[in-house]
Amino acid sequence: MREQELVQGNEACARGAIYAGCRFFAGYPITPSSEIMEYLARELPKVGGVCLQMEDEIASISAVIGASWGGAKAMTATSGPGFSLMQESIGYAAITETPCVIVDAQRGGPSTGQPTKVSQGDVMQARWGTHGDHPIIVLTASWVREVFEMTVHAFNLAEKYRVPVILLLDEVLAHLRENVILPEPGELEVISRRHPDRLEDFRPFADETFCAFGEGGRVMVTGMSHDELGFPAQGKKAAEQLQRILMKIESRTEELALYGAHFLDDADAVIISYGITSRAVEEAVRLLRADGLAVGWLDLKTLWPFPDKLVRSCTEHAHYVLVPELNWGQLVREVERVVGGRAPVEHLGRLDGYLITPEEIARRVQDRVQCGA
Amino acid sequence: MEFQEYLRVERLPHVWCPGCGHGMITHALACALAELELDPRQTAVIGGIGCSGRAAFLFDMDAMHTTHGCAVVFATGLKLVRPTLTVVLTLGDGDAIGIGGNHFIHACRRNVDLTAIIYNNSIYGQTGGQVAPTTPVHRKSTTSPYGNLEHPFDIARLAIAAGATYVARTTSFDFPDMIKYIKRGIAHKGFSVIEVLTHCPTYYGRLNDLRDPYEMLHTMKEQTVPIEEWAQLTEEEREGKIVIGELHRQERPEFVESYYELIAQMRDGH
Repeated sequence: MREQELVQGNEACARGAIYAGCRFFAGYPITPSSEIMEYLARELPKVGGVCLQMEDEIASISAVIGASWGGAKAMTATSGPGFSLMQESIGYAAITETPCVIVDAQRGGPSTGQPTKVSQGDVMQARWGTHGDHPIIVLTASWVREVFEMTVHAFNLAEKYRVPVILLLDEVLAHLRENVILPEPGELEVISRRHPDRLEDFRPFADETFCAFGEGGRVMVTGMSHDELGFPAQGKKAAEQLQRILMKIESRTEELALYGAHFLDDADAVIISYGITSRAVEEAVRLLRADGLAVGWLDLKTLWPFPDKLVRSCTEHAHYVLVPELNWGQLVREVERVVGGRAPVEHLGRLDGYLITPEEIARRVQDRVQCGA
Repeated sequence: MEFQEYLRVERLPHVWCPGCGHGMITHALACALAELELDPRQTAVIGGIGCSGRAAFLFDMDAMHTTHGCAVVFATGLKLVRPTLTVVLTLGDGDAIGIGGNHFIHACRRNVDLTAIIYNNSIYGQTGGQVAPTTPVHRKSTTSPYGNLEHPFDIARLAIAAGATYVARTTSFDFPDMIKYIKRGIAHKGFSVIEVLTHCPTYYGRLNDLRDPYEMLHTMKEQTVPIEEWAQLTEEEREGKIVIGELHRQERPEFVESYYELIAQMRDGH
């Protein structure tokens, strides 16, 4: 029988990265994500990996992209201000189809904000932070063990689809310590990028096949709109290439959607949540069900691409939809769009750096449902 | 191999303006790679944004055209996971010490085994001739129409002060010297900076009454003094002149090697 151990969210992320095969990390100190780099600075050299503290977050994400083209699974971790600095290179990773993982432990914002307080204010930035249309996958987690699993999953998706994957944590989860049994080697699937079978006539930007530098592919990598060979292209060629990299994620929206669906079969009211707030929702749903209310809960793990079909089917018979999130209203806009006026959609937010409590959520649902919303 | 074999000749002609010095520097880089007999499959060219960054598209090997100012950090990540790769950077002055200034000084300090060739034409060429952190005082650009009020960086001195372990400066006029210093920079284990003063007849020249590329080349020749003669000059004689040659060479532990020594120790359980 394996024993439980007390593990912090940030440590679970770092350990998940090593488990997934991450062998390069570059970062810049920032609360509340710094423990990820501290752990990897100690542990990566032991497994032959490299951990670098860079001069800023622009350098961190750029070094990660360089390392990924060297063939390494690579990651960086930051919080709001650093995440803002990284946006240009995240776009570069998207258009150059560079596998990499970016962890953002969210804190109160904007700007320096509340560095030691919790927030879920980067949901839209994670999707649209860099300029231009681009593919991105954004995952989140609610529990320390889930941080580990989602970090592994983030690497798997990055490697499989040649795409930057963002893992949205938050200050509470990053610093939270929980008793967990973390996965053993072999327990979780670990995916690595696919290499070309042959280099003759190899087209490095035709699909998800990846040829690292030094492997003889004569690969040209550029952030400019490019053709399948990697050379600058404009007009129709540029549009076709961009459409391909957008569709490789968009067309897989349903299979990329990770979620928990609870008590939805008979639900009159549906709560949709993600990340740290899901923990409060779990308790709120328990309280409401004990009161005899037909409340269901959709717990989203994949935020982007936003799972339209899933949310539509889960809210089809609902008379009321509540989206609690620690911001002024971000993911709720997606829910509103999908629900399309079939039921009232409400947002429950906080900006003070404290968590939404189960009681707040339960009270809101009780008020609305009893009023016959 | 001949120098042409290091180039994607099918991509020629290049995008640079007639009379621009960038082709000469790129030619010198190709010659240096050929003379060192480097295996193109184990060599990479990383360029930034700007006229100079376009050099990366011309080399028939793994190459990267990065974000503005960041070529040196992309290359740092690459070199750390592929230590056997020879990595050469083609940077512009704005790219290296304008937007990328912070990355540049830290790369010098870190002493990663990279060779940075800085195409210094004293102006932002690709965006239309704006003032650069290298534009001499009083000189005109499209954003210093009444003459530059700021004082420029001396890239080579900046690199030395920041800790680069091989620093040389030459001009696009001095073709054999470009090849010589690039070769020495690549052979040197550590962060090497080869600053090449070059001319931008299209913008810098037109805005500063130096329209003729040949005249610009000659002006550079007249303005520069080899380091061997520099010591003999008085302060007065040095006014308006620029010292060229092999300016700095230092042996200091190279970062990638140090990191892999650490990995070896940690793996042995020390």
